[in-house]
Amino acid sequence: MNLNELSLTEVLEGIEKKRFSPQEIFADCQKRIKEVDEKTKAFITVIAETRNAIPFAIKDNFCTENIRTTASSNILRDYIPPYNATVYQRLIDAQFGLLGKTNMDSFAHGSSTETSDFFVTHNPWNLERLPGGSSGGSAAAVMADETIFAIGSETAGSIRQPSAWCGVVGLKPSYGRVSRYGVIAMGSSLDCPGPITKTVADAEIIYKTIAGKDPLDATTVDRSLVETSSFEPKKIRIGLAKEYLEVAEKPVRQKILEAAEVFRRLGCSVVEVSLFDPRYAISVYTILQRSEVSSNLARYDGIRYGSDRTYFNKENKRRIMLGTYTLSAGYYDAYYLKAQKIRTVICQDFEKAFEKLDVIIGPVSPSPAKRIGASTADPMFGEKEDVLVEPSTIAGLPAISLPAGFVDGLPVGLQIIGNRWQEDLILNLGKLFETETQYYKIKPKL
Amino acid sequence: MTKELTPAEVQHIAQLAKLQLSEEEMKRFQLQLTETLKFIAHLDEIETEKILPTSQVSGNKDVFREDVIRPSLTQEQALSGAKRKHQGYFVTEAIF
Amino acid sequence: MENKEYQPVIGLEIHIELATASKMFCGCDAYHFNVEPNTHCCPVCLGLPGALPVPNKKAIEWTIRLGLALNCRILEESKFDRKNYFYPDLPKGYQISQYDQPFCVQGKVILKEGREIRIRRVHLEEDTGKLLHTEIGGKKCTLVDFNRSGIPLLEVVTEPDFQNSQEVDEFLKDLQRTVRYLGISDADMEKGSLRIEPNISIKTKSVKGKAQNDEELPLYKVEVKNINSFRFARKAIEYEIERQIEILQGGETPIQETRGWNETENKTVSQREKEEAHDYRYFPEPDIPPMNFTPEKIAEIKKQIPELPEKKEKRFIKEFKLSPYQVDLLIETKELADYYEEALKINGKIDGRKYSSPSEIANWLINRKVDIKTVSPEKLIKDLIASKEVTSVSEAEMSRIVDETLSENAQAAADYKKGKTAVLGFLIGQAVKKIGPQADRQEITRELIEKLK
Repeated sequence: MNLNELSLTEVLEGIEKKRFSPQEIFADCQKRIKEVDEKTKAFITVIAETRNAIPFAIKDNFCTENIRTTASSNILRDYIPPYNATVYQRLIDAQFGLLGKTNMDSFAHGSSTETSDFFVTHNPWNLERLPGGSSGGSAAAVMADETIFAIGSETAGSIRQPSAWCGVVGLKPSYGRVSRYGVIAMGSSLDCPGPITKTVADAEIIYKTIAGKDPLDATTVDRSLVETSSFEPKKIRIGLAKEYLEVAEKPVRQKILEAAEVFRRLGCSVVEVSLFDPRYAISVYTILQRSEVSSNLARYDGIRYGSDRTYFNKENKRRIMLGTYTLSAGYYDAYYLKAQKIRTVICQDFEKAFEKLDVIIGPVSPSPAKRIGASTADPMFGEKEDVLVEPSTIAGLPAISLPAGFVDGLPVGLQIIGNRWQEDLILNLGKLFETETQYYKIKPKL
Repeated sequence: MTKELTPAEVQHIAQLAKLQLSEEEMKRFQLQLTETLKFIAHLDEIETEKILPTSQVSGNKDVFREDVIRPSLTQEQALSGAKRKHQGYFVTEAIF
Repeated sequence: MENKEYQPVIGLEIHIELATASKMFCGCDAYHFNVEPNTHCCPVCLGLPGALPVPNKKAIEWTIRLGLALNCRILEESKFDRKNYFYPDLPKGYQISQYDQPFCVQGKVILKEGREIRIRRVHLEEDTGKLLHTEIGGKKCTLVDFNRSGIPLLEVVTEPDFQNSQEVDEFLKDLQRTVRYLGISDADMEKGSLRIEPNISIKTKSVKGKAQNDEELPLYKVEVKNINSFRFARKAIEYEIERQIEILQGGETPIQETRGWNETENKTVSQREKEEAHDYRYFPEPDIPPMNFTPEKIAEIKKQIPELPEKKEKRFIKEFKLSPYQVDLLIETKELADYYEEALKINGKIDGRKYSSPSEIANWLINRKVDIKTVSPEKLIKDLIASKEVTSVSEAEMSRIVDETLSENAQAAADYKKGKTAVLGFLIGQAVKKIGPQADRQEITRELIEKLK
């Protein structure tokens, strides 16, 4: 058995039972990378040494001291940070070891990994397809068994969507659960680091390792990771997001309805819930994110590090331009302030829904993985692709994407959205679903 | 709120954002930005007069740090990313 | 016949570097005077990708301290905002500052002559790095040092209530003293921990006969930068007032602009940069949660404020019966004032001859320029007492000395007997020389007068 094919849970069990060492797993993953990464192109930087540690991959927007960190941008092509992101630090302190840095959309500006300045990552299920983005490299690496688990970040869909398109598990924690210190900023009020893994059980282990208050990030919260007291499927009230289903393509919708049936079989109650039209969320998100991006990318002037602003790509420039406009004099009230007010409306809409429900489920993406080249079609490609994940991101809610079947050989992701701080509930529900359906056992042939 | 961006406005935004755009980029962005603004115009349909904005979803308030000195980077580390340096300083184009 | 009256309208924008140990949003050492460049920096104050700010609690408390000392209202809810613009000394491409919800608003200060200066706001922001213009290999370039980047900076903005440079001078000196009393900054203009930018314009009053008085508010405002002493502040303001009145008299309106004070040529010079109106695109800083100040919290901070100069001045005059001149010098620094009161306390435990009046102690302290860092209050009192101690001389010895003095100065003695009583001082002096500085002058005087009869 190739050890790189194991899940984290299996790895931990095996190490405990002394069946193998972390070093052997690390070596097997490195071997796998050599075998398949020229097809998937998930990695930007691969570490040469074989470490005696359980290996993981991390998206290249997490600063890793003395190891190149590029955010897949030409501006940071040769940038070597002098410090570690907190998430990375917590992982290496917990004895995990870095395999390499994974590809992403440049500065996370995208939902395809196609706008990477270096190369596009290929979906392990169909190499002509996109892996999704912006954490496409991490998701592809996990699905291709090039790593045991990976870390991604989500501003709106960047964990969930590539996880859905690649057929893996992606957890976006509540905003404030995981430190953003050392994560190259995109949308400061939205960015959430999170695990991308082979199973929900794995995601839970990593979540517990990286979550928790960080004195270096003032937006992290000081809360127990255990929020719900007990887990009884028969008492769980699930809402099936009506508008999200309507936006999804028919085959995807079908898979989600099947998933709803699974939950019913397991004893949960599933009812339809009507939510605030997600299409408004596209605009709210576009304004908030691009405004914050325009400010967060102002530090790239080439004086202290990196190259100058002429190295931004089309997508970077487009977002900066829109964001600058929406914050500018005379337009701030009409755009940024308006978007923040509608953000309140979206939060209140969810609050109302959670009065009668424990979780909300729905599709992650309107379609399965699109073809390479699809992202260039529309100047708002990213934001439109992420329509189904934007509302929950705007409200800072936790959500998990997990495999829910296949359409034409491509995976479809189901998302479970929880109320703020209720990662433990959505993880438990996710574990239940994956034990019942076992989709994680199906892997592509590379 | 449905606006057509003029070339002058696009130029102004590029200046504010310190981006050098080619002629072609100017034209393309003028179209694309206008398209985007047209799309997001539907937010006008939502009544928000009495609604307060949300800028923080963490719910945090009053987060501070004590006035304690912590180790800094060394000068070498601080300068490590710079393409131009001189006797411990960063170097840039002359101002004025 | 239309006469025009020109009245200066002056406002101030003052920046004060707080003397916290660490910087505003990170733990780097805040000390940056004469330090090797870029040695007190970290990802946060260098604006490295991924870095995040966490506010310095002390800096905020000190801001509120000053706001309270300036009689401001402390906002119950405030926040930080991003002020976006590009400049090489601004590492993030934005400055974390405060826009519409600063910590302190609507304060006031009353000057000696009674004029009320309204304080529009006191807010907190971070300082930028330092630029050095130089040449490398014959080519002009600019060097950047980020040691100063991220230092907490207080900004005090007044309403344009000043009417002349003397008022500005008084206000600034009082503000400097108050800031030092509060212990929040050394407010030293030379070191750059106190920076002043006055804005000056002229209000024109048309006096038409006796009936109408039309007042035209100034349609422009001139900001003056590059002032690094109180003296230059006065000169720059006076120069500007004159310059602007001249323009107005010529029927023109001065241009709204920023000018720099040129200290070698003693004039302000237009800073002819492209005067693009800055669009700072302020928005709430998403990385820093908002802040609340309850009445209890504010009361706690108020407790930390020591007795301020104005109040101390009144008390010193009343309690110790000192002259305004003496008090002015004694309260110049809180350290000196406290030292003085400590000395009074020690003096208070002494009775009899050795007890000195508060005024005596004040004069001793002032006139002898006592170094309060090396001389303890106990020693000061000891020295003062010692100075009043007279060298004791026996009656017989005193008699002999006076006889000697009179015989050595026969002419003076004769003059005295003729009626030139002023000569007595000279004779006393001569006798003192024979005994020493601690001679009992009263005794000598008595003996001389007796013998000159």
